[in-house]
Amino acid sequence: MNIRFVCNGKPTEVETPPMARLLDVLREDLRLTGSKEGCGEGECGACTVRIDGLTVMSCLVPVYQVHGTVVQTIEGLAADILHPVQAAMLAHGGAQCGICTPGLCMSAAALLESDPTPSREAIRVALAGNLCRCTGYQKVIDAVAGSLVEDR
Amino acid sequence: MSIGTSPPRRDGPDKLTGRALYADDLRPDGMLYGATVRSERAHARILSVRPDPEFDWNGITVLTAADLPGPNVVTLMTDDQPILADGLVRHVTEPIALIAAPTRERALAAAKAVLVEYEDLPALLDPLTAEGHAIRIFGDDNVYKRIRIQRGERSTLTGHLVRARYATGLQEQLYIEPQSMIASPRPDGGIALVGSMQCPYYVDRAVKRMVGHDRVNVLQAVTGGGFGGKEEYPSILACHATLLAMRTGRPVKITYRRDEDLRCTTKRHPAVIDLATLVSDEGKLLELHAKLWMDGGAYHTLSTVVLSRAILHVGGPYRCPFVDLSGTVVATHTPPNGAFRGFGAPQAQWAMERHMDRVARTLHLDPIELRRRNLYRDGDITGTGQVLVAPGGFAVLESAERAAEAPVTRTTVRPGVTGARMAAGRGLALAWHGCGFTGNGEAKIKGKVGLEVRGSDVAILSSSTDIGQGTETIFPMIVGETLGIPAARAFNTPHDTGLVPDSGPTVASRTAMVVGGTCQKAAEQLLTLLRSRLGDGSFDALVSRWDPNWGPLAVEETYEVDPNIQWDPDTYQGDAYPTFGWSCVIVDLRVDLDTGEVLYDRVVTSTDVGRALSPALAAGQIEGGTLQALGWATAEEVVLDARGCMRNDRLTNYIIPTALDAPEMITILEEIPYAGGPFGAKGIGEIPMDAPAAAVAQAIERATGAILDTLPMTPERVFSALEPR
Repeated sequence: MNIRFVCNGKPTEVETPPMARLLDVLREDLRLTGSKEGCGEGECGACTVRIDGLTVMSCLVPVYQVHGTVVQTIEGLAADILHPVQAAMLAHGGAQCGICTPGLCMSAAALLESDPTPSREAIRVALAGNLCRCTGYQKVIDAVAGSLVEDR
Repeated sequence: MSIGTSPPRRDGPDKLTGRALYADDLRPDGMLYGATVRSERAHARILSVRPDPEFDWNGITVLTAADLPGPNVVTLMTDDQPILADGLVRHVTEPIALIAAPTRERALAAAKAVLVEYEDLPALLDPLTAEGHAIRIFGDDNVYKRIRIQRGERSTLTGHLVRARYATGLQEQLYIEPQSMIASPRPDGGIALVGSMQCPYYVDRAVKRMVGHDRVNVLQAVTGGGFGGKEEYPSILACHATLLAMRTGRPVKITYRRDEDLRCTTKRHPAVIDLATLVSDEGKLLELHAKLWMDGGAYHTLSTVVLSRAILHVGGPYRCPFVDLSGTVVATHTPPNGAFRGFGAPQAQWAMERHMDRVARTLHLDPIELRRRNLYRDGDITGTGQVLVAPGGFAVLESAERAAEAPVTRTTVRPGVTGARMAAGRGLALAWHGCGFTGNGEAKIKGKVGLEVRGSDVAILSSSTDIGQGTETIFPMIVGETLGIPAARAFNTPHDTGLVPDSGPTVASRTAMVVGGTCQKAAEQLLTLLRSRLGDGSFDALVSRWDPNWGPLAVEETYEVDPNIQWDPDTYQGDAYPTFGWSCVIVDLRVDLDTGEVLYDRVVTSTDVGRALSPALAAGQIEGGTLQALGWATAEEVVLDARGCMRNDRLTNYIIPTALDAPEMITILEEIPYAGGPFGAKGIGEIPMDAPAAAVAQAIERATGAILDTLPMTPERVFSALEPR
């Protein structure tokens, strides 16, 4: 099936079975390997991307569902300079092994668009679908909270 | 200069933008996908392995033990684990055959189409009856190792005898990146490996022995967490991928699916610990008797060393004039257990800290005052006869208690849960953790680091990997500081065994302290080399005057063990560790009295790190380890079926903490310098695993009166222990 969508700002066309996982199309067909597979069943959030602004686990999305949509992956979050969330994660030590980091950044960026001044509790809720085994989340939450302070 | 500051991590930008390439992100030209056929039985004879004639085998390669070019052994400590089962399986999920196929889907389908016929044999799954059991797994008596430490004089005083049994369960490391490895044929007939791993030289040795030649190199890809789970296990994937690459002549990638990874990779050893103490009226420990059993699983892996560290830590950070500590690690027909952050010490100290609470209860003493009366002081002697220099127990206790006076700012809620009856409590626990290898371990390893001046930069050559903890950032800081140049001008080269010396494995809280110390010595050696020709001057000035005819500006340094460290591995007496880290944890939590669920509000940790080379990285290690310990305490339970196979092999039912479950953390870094570490640094990677679970248990007890001596303290266990109200 021919699937057309906008991926990270670029018109994109792939020929693929309609039920192929969006994650596989991104990683294998488009070689956008920043979205990671940690579990393959929507629990870990390492494959988080945005479809028309909404955060989704790309391992759970059949690719036909993105036909005609705008998809953003971690590769499209920042252009030349880091997104404020990425910059804050770097400054606060929010990334360690890094495998969950792209997904966390996508969820955090989406949160800040809908709620520019979230409480720490709201940040925890927004990131609860992104498992991290390295950080204990403390510096991740510091970073997301801090990315606001530095913006003001 | 940079030591003591927190510059952004070197690998941060690539990781944050998705540019960092992990093993599964790589796809060399012509690559095939590997899959593994695994035992469905705990203990059985393999009668036949044959391809299903109904399946389309076109383009698919199948290998079994008969196809091995060399010894059928995964090289580690003991030659008991086969690369592929040959005629007999000793645990469920044991590898029997390997598949290579053009796509991952085809590989997985083909693995299911390999038909294995078994003849079941009686299986031994219970570690407490394994020793000397008629069903033999290992040696004459199924015992991988027994250790006994006795020291001191029996007490002549009468006192209170307090005894109890404590237990801990399996725990999965749960690195978010599953195990992954790619083997590629080299033009010279050798094999190049790239994969997710902690210890490239473990893999290097295992593959070289299997193939019987040295044309092998192993490169660490960016690695998505390890926690011990990628210490020894990657050697198995590497051997498997190599066999398939040799047979097919093409690169082969093996990436485990999460459920496969959960079922078949190593876990934290479950333990049962019996403690008996004689305690004076004033609450002074007079005698400590410990008996500890661990389940090693079907193969030895690192079990003897895990047992060793457990026994060496079971007394906790407390002085006791008489100790009799013994432990046994046994074989069972279950998937082998292995390295996991803490390496036996968390299990042992869970027991001792719970026991201190039991002693306090028995004597009607405050549990923290009891700890204070027994904490090691300067010059005290441990159970191995080691004289402690500047132990940090009191320092971390006092700073943690001070920090915990701050109001708790978070009240964790469960979205959608209202009207719950809650009971709040606070708990405190202490721990110590030996830094680096036990005893004379470093003398055997002789870890090496190379430095090379390349233009205006300095290349650091080591096999110490960055698995998230920050090696790529810390080593350049140490070298830069020593040479007097910005850290940004030093860099770690790729960790490829074809290019870097063996620095020893990335384990045991040794990387910053031991290998970092070797980086410092190497930088000093480089300065000495420059000054031997050119006299005094800054590094840059000397380098600019170096005549290439004098030879390359490169040095290699080997770690030298402090000659004052004396250790007798036969009697287990002497200096067990070059130094110890110390930790105090204070947990504020609430217990849902209707469900038994524990909600964490805040955790204060104070940890003696010697010197925080990068405070942000050090705190990151401690915060992450603390949450991993809280998961072990109340959430993470591995449930085995009757074959010893993990039933909850998914992230939907093996539960690790989310951002919502995690408490707010206050992280205090105490700095009691260790003269043998770079700029005073001690190892810190594992100590955060030691104390939190016991602090949680004490807090639950204070909140509800429920006494729990078994981990994990799942809602079901907590609920069952609650007094009926």
